Amino acid sequence: MLEVSGLAAGYRGHQVLWDVSIHVGPGEVVALLGPNGSGKSTLMNSISRLVERLAGSIVFDGVALHELPAHRLLRHGLSHVLERHRLFPYMSVLENLQLGAGPRAPRQRVREGLERAYALFPRLKERTGQMAGSLSGGEQQMCAIARGLMSAPRLLLVDEPFIGLSPQMRADVAAALERINAEGVAILMIEQNVAAALAMSRRAYVLREGRVVLEGASPELAGDDRVRQAFLGRLGPDT
Amino acid sequence: MSEQLIIQLIVSGLGMGFIFALIAIGLTLIYGVMNVVNFAHGEFLMLGMYASYLAYATWGADPLVTLPFVAAAMFLFGLMVYYLLIRKVLTGSMQSQIFATFGLMVFLQALAQFFMGADYFAVQNSYLSGVITLGGVILPVPQVAALVGSSLATLVLYGLVFRTGVGRQLRAASQDAQAASTLGINASGMYALAWGIGSACVGVAASLLSNFYYVFPRVGAIFVLLAYVAVALGGFGSIHGALVAGLLIGLLQVASGFFISSELKFVPVYMLYLIVVLLRPRGLFGKM
Ligand SMILES: Nc1ncnc2c1ncn2[C@@H]1O[C@H](COP(=O)(O)OP(=O)(O)O)[C@@H](O)[C@H]1O
Ligand SMILES: [Mg+2]
Repeated sequence: MLEVSGLAAGYRGHQVLWDVSIHVGPGEVVALLGPNGSGKSTLMNSISRLVERLAGSIVFDGVALHELPAHRLLRHGLSHVLERHRLFPYMSVLENLQLGAGPRAPRQRVREGLERAYALFPRLKERTGQMAGSLSGGEQQMCAIARGLMSAPRLLLVDEPFIGLSPQMRADVAAALERINAEGVAILMIEQNVAAALAMSRRAYVLREGRVVLEGASPELAGDDRVRQAFLGRLGPDT
Repeated sequence: MSEQLIIQLIVSGLGMGFIFALIAIGLTLIYGVMNVVNFAHGEFLMLGMYASYLAYATWGADPLVTLPFVAAAMFLFGLMVYYLLIRKVLTGSMQSQIFATFGLMVFLQALAQFFMGADYFAVQNSYLSGVITLGGVILPVPQVAALVGSSLATLVLYGLVFRTGVGRQLRAASQDAQAASTLGINASGMYALAWGIGSACVGVAASLLSNFYYVFPRVGAIFVLLAYVAVALGGFGSIHGALVAGLLIGLLQVASGFFISSELKFVPVYMLYLIVVLLRPRGLFGKM
């Protein structure tokens, strides 16, 4: 479904990713792990064309994403919930959600999307007229995920959806992601908490210094000491 | 002091205020969406005023009649400036952006000087001359028209920006361009739209102004300076802020022109600006 091969990317001459290849199958949940600054967000942002690609290819259901501008991806069924939610703070929850459906979404789709969003996160319904900037951290994250689903994507990229959330909120957001996946949406997620990420995903990639150093089925990686080593720095790109 | 006088001052203050506000909203819209200050904004006003005047002088068309055409022409002019100039320097440095719009200002002034000379022109005997008497209050028609026209235009603008899908996209791009692009919003299209709408606002202000103000190559500077103050006062990128600050400035300058002296009418405006900027550097409102 999503096939990233030999990707190199970076910021204005400062290369961050080297020869990264990952894939996500239909309906799969895949986790991206790695210490801070290892390039997880850069990888996700390269997939959604926010970061300049230096080499390699990104193909999504036969469409070469690397040839498209960022704003063209949504209509191909790919949606990205950016790190730190990135809601429009001076807009209401409703307006944020409406924007999630995309510029040319028919009214009917927006209405269905809203129903789905409110069913998934009932708290959002109570906050519908409130400015997004005034929501609590957990509500903002929920709103961002709900916004990301408004376009009815086949693949959802989520960057650290649990950061700064209370345990209760974490559980709610995790349950929502599970439900989304059960409805057939593939998910590529970044999460700091390795155990939680492995518990939620089918497969995982471990990044370190901009390279994939480890990949495999999540249940197996959960018992693999090399994951811990990658975080501690003993498993470098060369080992 | 009589009630009559107070009403006259308020009408004239609000009339000017809405005109400042329209000019300021144009500026703040462009700034809010793409962080570019249009230093040629006053010259856009000047162009609109010449267009309005020339239509009157050539065909006898009243500025009120030509207002929609001037606004539409300015919309297209704004798009043209964006596509032919601004887009080319966007990837460049901050300096190149400043020099691009600053250069445009100098160019447009020189152009006006070349074709029209330095003379002052004025529309005379339009539909909107003379006075009307409302309940014993005597009001100059051009100022009443300025008040009605500019407040209607502001209303239309508000509807467009805050009540339509395209306006929502524009605000999204202004608040977080990157997040907007992940939601399918083409930033370049929004930039162009901001230039178009921002310039159309100035076109409306120009048409209304040409009924009671002379046009000459440097006329833009007078109004745009106050519009910059309104933008800073209201908060950079804030439409509500530009509106409130524009009205405040209009009322304040009319009041101080009357109570202090007409030469010093802008002094309290700049004092207010200094006070707000010192106490609240972000201005009165947040973005949009
Ligand atoms: N906008 C940016 N401009 C320049 N360098 C950046 C930018 N964002 C991230 N980086 C750099 O790229 C590297 C990877 O960062 P990131 O992808 O955010 O890591 P992670 O998400 O794994 O914590 C870091 O060295 C970081 O400093
Ligand atoms: Mg990150």
